[in-house]
Order: sequence, then structure tokens, then C-alpha cells
Amino acid sequence: MMRRATLADRPGGLGALLLAPALLYVFLLVGVPFVLVILLSFSDSTAGSLTFHWVGFEQYARILADPVFRRAAWNTVLVTLGSQALAIVLATAAAQVLRSAFRGRRLARFVLLLPWAVPVSLGAIAWTWLFDSTFSVINWTLRAVGLLHGWLYWLGDPTLALVAIVLVQAWRMFPFATLIVLAGMTTLPQEMLEASVVDGAGFWRRLLEVELPLLSPVLVVAVLFGIANVATDLGVVYLLTGGGPANTTQVLPTLAFQRGILGADLGQGAAVAVFMLPFLIVVAVAMLWLARHAEVGRR
Amino acid sequence: MSAAWLRTASRAAGRYGVLLALVAFAGAPFYWMLLTAIKQNRDLYVGAYERTHVPWILNDPPTLEHLRLLFTGTDFPRWALNSFLVLIAVALITVVVAVPAGYSLARLSGRWGERLGVGLFFTYLIPPTLLFVAFARLVSALRLENSLLSLVLVYPTMTIPFCTWLVMGFVRSVPWDIEEQAMVDGWSRFGVLLHVAPRLVVPAVLTAVMFAFTLVIQEFVYALTFISSVKQMTVSLGVPVALVRGDVYHWGALMAAALLTSLPLAIVYNAFADRFIEGLTLGAVKG
Repeated sequence: MMRRATLADRPGGLGALLLAPALLYVFLLVGVPFVLVILLSFSDSTAGSLTFHWVGFEQYARILADPVFRRAAWNTVLVTLGSQALAIVLATAAAQVLRSAFRGRRLARFVLLLPWAVPVSLGAIAWTWLFDSTFSVINWTLRAVGLLHGWLYWLGDPTLALVAIVLVQAWRMFPFATLIVLAGMTTLPQEMLEASVVDGAGFWRRLLEVELPLLSPVLVVAVLFGIANVATDLGVVYLLTGGGPANTTQVLPTLAFQRGILGADLGQGAAVAVFMLPFLIVVAVAMLWLARHAEVGRR
Repeated sequence: MSAAWLRTASRAAGRYGVLLALVAFAGAPFYWMLLTAIKQNRDLYVGAYERTHVPWILNDPPTLEHLRLLFTGTDFPRWALNSFLVLIAVALITVVVAVPAGYSLARLSGRWGERLGVGLFFTYLIPPTLLFVAFARLVSALRLENSLLSLVLVYPTMTIPFCTWLVMGFVRSVPWDIEEQAMVDGWSRFGVLLHVAPRLVVPAVLTAVMFAFTLVIQEFVYALTFISSVKQMTVSLGVPVALVRGDVYHWGALMAAALLTSLPLAIVYNAFADRFIEGLTLGAVKG
């Protein structure tokens, strides 16, 4: 016996109805603010008033001529690429170790995942304490093993502060990359690995010539996520150095925050923030391309 | 001793060496949090120039003084409550909005649904640090500064895309048979939606709630932008920003708070890591 079809049987209408709230939410609270940021970057709006005055490319001209901005943009590239290079090496090593069964594997995995789980702001404040100018246990340890004889002012020296930021960002991102690489490893064709062993390939040759090329799409996914995350991260630099000493460690997000929120100059802040878009566009395009063309880790 | 044995042994040693180094790098900050949280101040504030004073161990008996200060002398309990309230609201909004959307994308819409799904996913890539300047203006126009409502309103923009995507992937992996059988049995599409589909998406809803939980506890940027009144802060904002009095960091209480906040998150991440990965990578990487 067949029921008569009702409106509720038309999948299209029902589907649209169920989808509408999500689309509306995202449109109103991501789409609208996104357009607003772009518009604000062409205005001289301040936080105090609700007026909007179009000034064309004036904000862009101002920040492009500003050495602090240029340093911040360069730092963003440096920190993003540096931390991702480090994170990928660490993640590959961690995945190599974790792939095999051994006593304590679950505990090791738990500890290796910790930096991913901890809130960025709390991880950053813990590292601020580790890098403390007087009580740094890192300095104590380096001196104890004889690697350091003087003293390192981690967050007070522009170069060391950038090194510290790269380290913390790599620390924060490598667990995620590890999981992705591990997932990718389970999909490697087993016959190929066995064949390479039979052919007498050692560990390094197998890793560099067989496994890593096969894993490259997975590694790319990990790096893309790392880029999207690190290039737009405020917490680490904000809490570690506050952009200092003397604005030498500013990155785009902290500078946008300093100008737009603390300085109440919304136009400037928006223009600085817009320079994060190239990073995101690269990531989005690459992800789409990968999703279409590479069968990443599908079982 | 044969060469083969030596090779196996050195390989094992190499593996444990690498493992130890990685675990030390990942875990040292957490070990240091724990030590700081239970060390007496005179054991804690010894300059690192003192070579003979080993900071990595307890040189004096442990103390609960920092924990006591955290719970009775700071706003930490208030921040925990604030985080919890925001979490409940965000989880509710996320489930109500994202679960039907994910189901719809999986079952009820065709090619355009696929495209919308991908589009929705990419909004997840738009970071708070790009939008905060605009939100600063919107939130003040709505008179929501210093209100937890501002966070309740904005956080779902990050959970909805991810959770919609997650639910969609999950529903697709469930065979269509169960719903089809229900329709043969006389349920309408709408009836299936009300009576059969909810049972199918329970694990996905659980994952979605867990994701909302981790996001609300971790988020820092919007909280920093919207909230300046100490009483209205959430944990991840209050701890690093407001446990500092002038130039004095209360490191003991600070690290105790960091540790207490990280532990539940670590447990959730450990349990849900694979599903988070699948959701985060467009389903491209199956954990």
C-alpha cells in the first residue's frame, strides 16, 4: 500500500529548509563581517563613532610605507614557514616512531597530543614562563649540560624572540601533523614497502625514496592547515612578546589587533588584517585542488 | 653477537631516543606547569643562575597554596562558570543548526548541496583575526561589549561549518537502507527525519558537542576583543590576561589553572582526535 506523496516527500524543499539556518548564520556572521572588514579597510573609521567615510587606498598607502607593517608581514612569512618546516620534520619522526607497536605507545601518543589540546593562550603563557628572563628553566638546563655559558634573554632579543615564537608554533602544530601523517601511513601500499625491503633499501632510503613521496599529499594537507593556523594566530605572539621588543616581533594579527582594537583605528586594523588573505587564498585553492585531484589517504 | 642483533638493538635504541626527545619537547611545558603549581614559592623563585638548585624537581615539600589562591583569591571559579555557560549555549545552537544541515547535505540535496557543503567548509578557514575588526564594530553596535552573549553569538560561526561537515560525512557513511525501509513502512520523508534519522546521527552529535566544547575552552581572540571586564572573562582569556597583577605574574596559580583547563581537553582530544582530523581535512584524511 502506498501513501500519497506530500510536500514532506519532496527532498529538495525539505533539504533547503533544513539547510537554511546554517547558511543564514554563516552568511550573517561570517559573510557580512568579511565584507565589512574589506569596506572598513577603505575607510577612516574609528571605534568611537559609527560614521563611515570612504578614503580609497589611503590606509593601504599608509601601512605599506610603515616599516613596522613591513616587518610584521615579513615576520608572518618567516614564522609560518619556519614553524611548518620544523613541524613537518617533527611530525614525520613522531609518526615513524608511533606507527609500530611498543610498550607505552598509548601514553606516548597522549603526551604528543597534549600541545594540540591545550588552549593556545595557556600554552603560550606556559612558554612565557619557560622563557622567563630570570627563572628560565631552559637556560638552566642549557647551562647545566654545558651548552650555554652566558645568558639568553629569550623574549628580550629580537632574533631570539622570533626563534622562540617559531619553536612554540611548531610545538603547537606538530601533533596535528603527526596524526595526519600517521593516518596517511596506514594507507601506504604494503607490497611496495615490502618490495623495497627485499631490494635491500635501508631505513633512510625507504623513508626518503619510497614513503615520503607517497605521503606527500598528506604532508601537504598538514602544511596547509599549519599555514592557515599559524599565519592568522594572535595568541602566541601577543602573550609571548606582545610584538616587542620595539615592534620587532609583530605579526599581521598582532599588528591588526594593536592598531584596530587597542588603537581604535578600525580602518588601519582592517587594512593590516586584509594582508592575511593571500595566505588563506593559497591554502583554500590548494585544498580544493587536492580534494579534486589527489586521493589523499582514502581507504 | 651477530651483526643483525646489533642492528636491531641500535634501531630500537634510536627509536626510543627519538621518542624520548619528542615526548620531552611536547610534554616539558606540562611537566613544568605541574611542578610550578605545587612548588613552594621559595623553591620556585630561585634564579636560574643558581646551578646547584635543580628546578626540574621538588626541592621542598609540595604545597596546595597556589591552588587555594586560584580558587579562593582569584576570579578563576567565575571564569570557569562563564566558560561553562557559553559552552552550553554554543553546543545547543551548534547541534540545532548544524545537524539538520549536515543531514540535508548528505541525503536531501544533490549536486548543489555538495557545492554548498564545500563552500560552508571553507568559511571555517576564515580566521577570527581577519574578522575581529568588523566584529568589534558590530558588537558595539549591538551593545554586547563585555557580555557573554557576544561570544554565544559569534562562536557558532566556527562550530557550525565544521560540525555540518562532520555530520554530513557521518550520515553518508551510514547505509541508506534503514531510512528507505522506514519509508517503505509508511513514514514520510519528514517522518523519517523526526523518528529515524536522529538515531543515526547520535555519534556525530556527540562529536559535534565535543568540538564545541574544545573550541569554547580554547578560543582567545574574540574573547580578548569583546571582553575587558574581568568578571565576564572566560578561562582561556582570564588566566593569561588577568592573573597578572601589574608586572607580577602569579605563576603558581597561573600554571595550576593552565593544567586544570588542559586536562579535560587532552582527554577529549585523545578520544576524538581521529574524528576531528577527518572533519578538519574535508574528509580527505581518514583517521
